Amino acid sequence: MSVDALPGRPGAPPPPSLLHARCAVCWVVLGIAVLVVASFASLDLQWSRFLSVDAMRRMGRFIAELLSPSVDPAFLKRLAVASAETLAMSALGTLLAVAAGLAIALPASRVYAGERALLRAPTRLLLNVLRSIPELAWAALLLIAAGLGPFAGTLALAFHTTGVLGRLFAEAIENAPPGPAVALRVQGVPEGRVFLYATLPAVLPQILSYSLYRWENNIRAAAVLGVVGAGGLGQMLAFHMGLFQMRETSSVLIAMIALVALVDLLSYVTRRVLAR
Amino acid sequence: MSSVTLRAAPALRDPAWAGRVFWMLAALALLAPMLWATEFKPWILFEPAGLRSTLRFVGEFFPPKLDAEFLQLIAYETWRTIAIATCGMVLALVLAIPLTLAATAVLSVSALPGRMHAGPFLLRQAVRWLLILLRSVPELVWALVFVRVVGLGPAAGVLAIALTYSGMLGKVYAEILESGETHPTTALLRNGSGRLQAFFYGLLPANTLELTSYTVYRWECAIRSSAVLGFVGAGGLGQQLITSLRMFNGAEVSTILLVFIALVWLADWVSAKLREVLA
Repeated sequence: MSVDALPGRPGAPPPPSLLHARCAVCWVVLGIAVLVVASFASLDLQWSRFLSVDAMRRMGRFIAELLSPSVDPAFLKRLAVASAETLAMSALGTLLAVAAGLAIALPASRVYAGERALLRAPTRLLLNVLRSIPELAWAALLLIAAGLGPFAGTLALAFHTTGVLGRLFAEAIENAPPGPAVALRVQGVPEGRVFLYATLPAVLPQILSYSLYRWENNIRAAAVLGVVGAGGLGQMLAFHMGLFQMRETSSVLIAMIALVALVDLLSYVTRRVLAR
Repeated sequence: MSSVTLRAAPALRDPAWAGRVFWMLAALALLAPMLWATEFKPWILFEPAGLRSTLRFVGEFFPPKLDAEFLQLIAYETWRTIAIATCGMVLALVLAIPLTLAATAVLSVSALPGRMHAGPFLLRQAVRWLLILLRSVPELVWALVFVRVVGLGPAAGVLAIALTYSGMLGKVYAEILESGETHPTTALLRNGSGRLQAFFYGLLPANTLELTSYTVYRWECAIRSSAVLGFVGAGGLGQQLITSLRMFNGAEVSTILLVFIALVWLADWVSAKLREVLA
């Protein structure tokens, strides 16, 4: 930068006006500050209620109760069953979502430039809607059709994950290297076989890694889905907490944290192994 | 000539056939207990009695309830959802920033000449474990706990988001700070600057973009989770959704779902735009 261009010198460009793009950051910061102040001002947070001595004492008693988990063998057995149920829900939900996601991703992707892909926009909208409704909301909705229990939870996971995976799969299919598919297509091979023998082998590693990643997320989600009555550890947690059985609640919480930690550890180890 | 074609014919059969059949059967054997454990009975979806009430409920989805009074209520709850997420994020930052500073190994003075001393090392490990613990309890569980302690209302949601997200933010902040260029920071520390000075003049400027972009992304996630925290009574849209669901009011449910989707898209869009502006 030459000396003349420095601000404050004669001949220097005037400072940008407040609405100039260079001030975008200032506006963003101001906007965030307003949002934060408005949020704190509008919520009746009742600080006194949880900063008071009484609330602290209640919190302390609560934590003390949580530190003595129940180790009754019959209860632990039910806990193990619920953990297995959580794992099964997540695995089956993910599996259903992989199948459904792949089925929807096909019409949702434009496989070669100039393809009309009439279904692309509506199927993408469907995927976005499936994805925007969280698992827990799906579970609450599906309870009406599927009844209380793990089946509703499995379906809820499958619906939400279909939206997520379908979109990722469609992106993967559209971004696959076009060479092999073009080679088959110019030979007159029908579209279905082109997908099976050219596109699918190219995107399979991506599909697998996306699916495993979502499975990991779904185990975490399945653990809490039961809070609305959709089976697994969450249902036990809501049940025992509702009855104020703190020892049992504490065991369920420990099982939940252990499950999540185990999944984290496994995924960390897998990543390390795969990265090598 | 014909003998050649005859000999070539078997090659058309899939050589991996036996393996494929075996793995298919193995997958089915694995799947069966899962189907049993999750009480996977798709036919109950189509039982006449259940199907009729489901269809009646879904039939009410259209038209969504759009009278002014209800829309006003929903607008208020939507704002509360955003406010819970924002307050939760602010409190999470208040918790996460000091924890990050304590956990970052780059800011260790004793590690400069070689190995970190035992005391600081243990402190850093303890902070890391605390962050992992905060992070591994899902926010919905924290919300359940806080609803018991501080009562129904947005406070439980704010505290739940604050605790879970402080763990997430702290862990990822520390990772970002340690993975970037650390040379200027160590140079400052070696020349006798304090840890905070080294952080503000060395570490922070080098990583500001990544840190802000991650924070904005987490704010988006916080909005999504505050929308569902209401399911356990922590205020916001979720609480309204669960109330309408319990009353089987399809029209209200469909309005709330539409707002839900719009809110998620809006947060997605704002966060993408913000990250674009900041980059």
